[in-house]
Amino acid sequence: MTGLLSMAYLLAGVFFILSLGGLSSQETARRGNNYGIAGMVIAIVATVASAAVGAYFVLAIAVAIGAAIGLWLASRVEMTAMPQLVALLHSFVGLAAVLIGWAAYLDPRSQLAGAEKVIQNTEIYLGIFIGAITLTGSWAAYGKLQGILSSKPLALPGRHVMNAVAIIVSLVMLILFAPDGHGSGDATMLLLMTLIALLLGAHLVAAIGGADMPVVISMLNSYSGWAAAATGFMLGNDLLIITGALVGSSGAILSYIMCKAMNRSFISVILGGFGTDSGSSADDEDYGEARSASADEVASWLRDADSVVIAPGFGMAVAHAQQAVAELTSTLRKQGKTVRFAIHPVAGRLPGHMNVLLAEANVPYDIVLEMDEINDDLPKTDVTLVIGANDICNPDAQEKPGSPIAGMPVLEVWHAHQVVILKRSMATGYAGVSNPLFYRDNSSMLFGDAKESVQALVSKL
Amino acid sequence: MSLTLAVPVDRAPGETRVPVTPDTTRKLIDLGFTVLIEPGAGARAQFADALYEQAGAELEADTAKLYQRADVLLKINGPQAQAEGLTGSELEALGSTPEKAKTWISFLAPGQNEPLLEQFNGQHATALSLDAIPRISRAQKMDVLSSMANIAGYRAVIEAANQFGRFFTGQITAAGKIPPAKVLVIGAGVAGLAAIGAAKSLGAIVRAFDTRKEVKEQVESMGGEFLTVELEEDGAGTGGYAKEMSKAFIDAEMALFMEQAREVDIIITTALIPGKPAPKLITEAMVKAMQPGSVVVDLAAPNGGNCECTVKDEVVKAHDVTVIGFTNLAARAATQASQLLANNLWRLLEHLCPNKDGQLVIDLTDEITRSCTVVHGGDITWPPPPPKLSATPKPAAPSAQKTTEKSPPAPRKARPIALYWVIAGALILGLGAVAPADFVSHFTVFVLAIFIGWQVIWNVSHSLHTPLMSVTNAISGIIILGALLQISGSGSWLVSVLATISVLVASINIAGGFYVTRRMLNMFRKGDPS
Repeated sequence: MTGLLSMAYLLAGVFFILSLGGLSSQETARRGNNYGIAGMVIAIVATVASAAVGAYFVLAIAVAIGAAIGLWLASRVEMTAMPQLVALLHSFVGLAAVLIGWAAYLDPRSQLAGAEKVIQNTEIYLGIFIGAITLTGSWAAYGKLQGILSSKPLALPGRHVMNAVAIIVSLVMLILFAPDGHGSGDATMLLLMTLIALLLGAHLVAAIGGADMPVVISMLNSYSGWAAAATGFMLGNDLLIITGALVGSSGAILSYIMCKAMNRSFISVILGGFGTDSGSSADDEDYGEARSASADEVASWLRDADSVVIAPGFGMAVAHAQQAVAELTSTLRKQGKTVRFAIHPVAGRLPGHMNVLLAEANVPYDIVLEMDEINDDLPKTDVTLVIGANDICNPDAQEKPGSPIAGMPVLEVWHAHQVVILKRSMATGYAGVSNPLFYRDNSSMLFGDAKESVQALVSKL
Repeated sequence: MSLTLAVPVDRAPGETRVPVTPDTTRKLIDLGFTVLIEPGAGARAQFADALYEQAGAELEADTAKLYQRADVLLKINGPQAQAEGLTGSELEALGSTPEKAKTWISFLAPGQNEPLLEQFNGQHATALSLDAIPRISRAQKMDVLSSMANIAGYRAVIEAANQFGRFFTGQITAAGKIPPAKVLVIGAGVAGLAAIGAAKSLGAIVRAFDTRKEVKEQVESMGGEFLTVELEEDGAGTGGYAKEMSKAFIDAEMALFMEQAREVDIIITTALIPGKPAPKLITEAMVKAMQPGSVVVDLAAPNGGNCECTVKDEVVKAHDVTVIGFTNLAARAATQASQLLANNLWRLLEHLCPNKDGQLVIDLTDEITRSCTVVHGGDITWPPPPPKLSATPKPAAPSAQKTTEKSPPAPRKARPIALYWVIAGALILGLGAVAPADFVSHFTVFVLAIFIGWQVIWNVSHSLHTPLMSVTNAISGIIILGALLQISGSGSWLVSVLATISVLVASINIAGGFYVTRRMLNMFRKGDPS
């Protein structure tokens, strides 16, 4: 029976790997998702069928309620709210990890001794620690993305010291806790650590600003994987370990890609704040006047253009403008123009956020290009529309070494013959630096809500 | 000993061109070759024998002897089975042997003439086909197809003007107003562009159509108006040619031609797809729809013609429209065509004779040589591998694969990396010394799984990062297994309650994660919005 179970787990593990492998291209992605579902069903059925599991009635109710909530959440979420949903789902993994950790601690069946006991205690402790950070960190991310919490970084005085103290205290308690685990005060220590970790998770993410959310979400994704892996160690379950490791490394890679796209180190993102250490985020350089264009003018430029590149940013998601943008795209394409999208890796609040929004609006994915693919073509482009994006197309990143965003790879939209920036105001982007793009000779601003502006353009074409 | 290049009179019907002019004779002699000319070879292209002699060529009046003396035979057309002055076929007269393989250079159309290639091989000869020279930048100076197409395009307009009973240019005279002629050019390759230029300079209104969007600018630069159909499809194939288009596109294209046929006075078609019969673009109905007196010039006549009314090598009247199906328009400008051709051929021989010692080097690793050599060393070497680059490289198609970072690590970093490995190794070994066997096996699985994850995730397409996140999210709901194992049998109600809650939240994750991934992936699509 255990042999059968192990093989079922092996099969599930293989399916999970195939599932992630399937995401390498659009054509195989759906199959990948089905592999994932198959792996999950195999794992759950095999476990439930094994001798160790009883209480089927309670179990069925819990699964049914959970699945119903999950499907309900997933079916009503808007694509613009995808980052929130992902954050919320992360928190559930964190919560489960904390609860399972505690349950394992309280389980009277565990009768280990010696090194095994120490290791078991350490695993429980770490599982709860990571789970708790994931739980509250995801909540904080959710709050920020949903607009419940301010998206500005929370800068408490001495926050680095507080974080360091929290981690050191947790570490000391681990050393005290691990050898025995069930002595006097050990349960209190575990409870204390849980509280500290919960606070730490919330504080860590609260200190990170809105535009760094792609990194935070991928980081939490990674944490939820490590939490699952720690639970696997705790219970001696290889499938949990494999899956946790897969998810953990996936999140880590995504975080790395996002950090690279912003030219920032992972540490600096985690520690929060942007340019706050240098204190020179507000620059007083005079760039002159930005020109404002009317929708009529922009429409006439578009009519004369042969090639158009659209660079969307978080503003497009905020304004729910993706459908209008898709309509603009198909209108222009019907007129025989080349229309392409330039997607910066950190545009939006989630890795790949823009791709999902454009896909929702039925924009063919083969005209949606990555930054590296399109940057070389921008000098040959007649009109670039920057829709609700700011820092990701700031020429200062390349031209001003002292800028807080210096060295960050950006979309070189300013090389196009004409740049139109659709924006609500002249406010700075998340990095808090002015964008000289707005003041360039070939730039014009089209002020207003992105959705309304784009709809106006469509009606004028 | 230097090789002898022999130029016989090309006796193919209608041929007027000669592959070597007095001018290139000198250049070939400079390369170290001996040049042998049959008297009269250049006569129809207005190159007198005396001019060849002055240039240093030797005249050989005995045709059979000329073939025997030749090491390399230069002609326009492929070998004829029966030739005046020879007992057998031209190939036999050449008398190539395995010990002393001779070389034949001419147009051979190797794609359509496989038996001919067999014959060359049977005769132990090497054959180079002028029309198989690749159309790459490096080979432009020897691109005979472009040279000939250029002349053909010009000539097509002249032939059309000859048959067309009106001016090309518009005029307002005392005797009334003359409208300008309207010319439609289909296929904007070299011939098409030359035709556009010639027709435009005669004063006509010129429109052009091509399936390849990239030529729009070229058409406009020649003064033509570029027509398009309302369908997004780029017809650019490799080697500067067009590819075959979809049914929907062809339908739209035909509708456009029908509409144009009613309006224009002259249609010049130049549409060719390599290795296939020419597409039928102008139907009989379209010819019928044209005004009486209109002209169609079909430059694709050698490959079956673009027009249904075309008769090869003839000028016919169909529904009061003149349809010109000449196959050798370049030969109608013999002097010019010979000059260009001879220059191309000289450049080819220069390429094949890198040491300027009068010897040919057939280097099959060279792209140009490889492509135009169709029979060599006892093998038929046609077709060549596909060309690597078209003349104007298209922007790389958006690839779904993310390429991983390739920059090699700086040597400076080598030491820290080694150091990390030493530390990691020491830690792992230390752990192994104290940890129980069970833990070690789990740890092995853990580390290997991390590496698998690392390898797999790098391949995930950039645009799929959000689905990746939601699917990993769903998968990390696997933590439900832990809760399942705890839910019963512990005897502690607290454990059961905690486990039940865990099952519930993990289920949210699994169902929600997979479902939302599915929703997202269903949105990703390709092609035009329907």
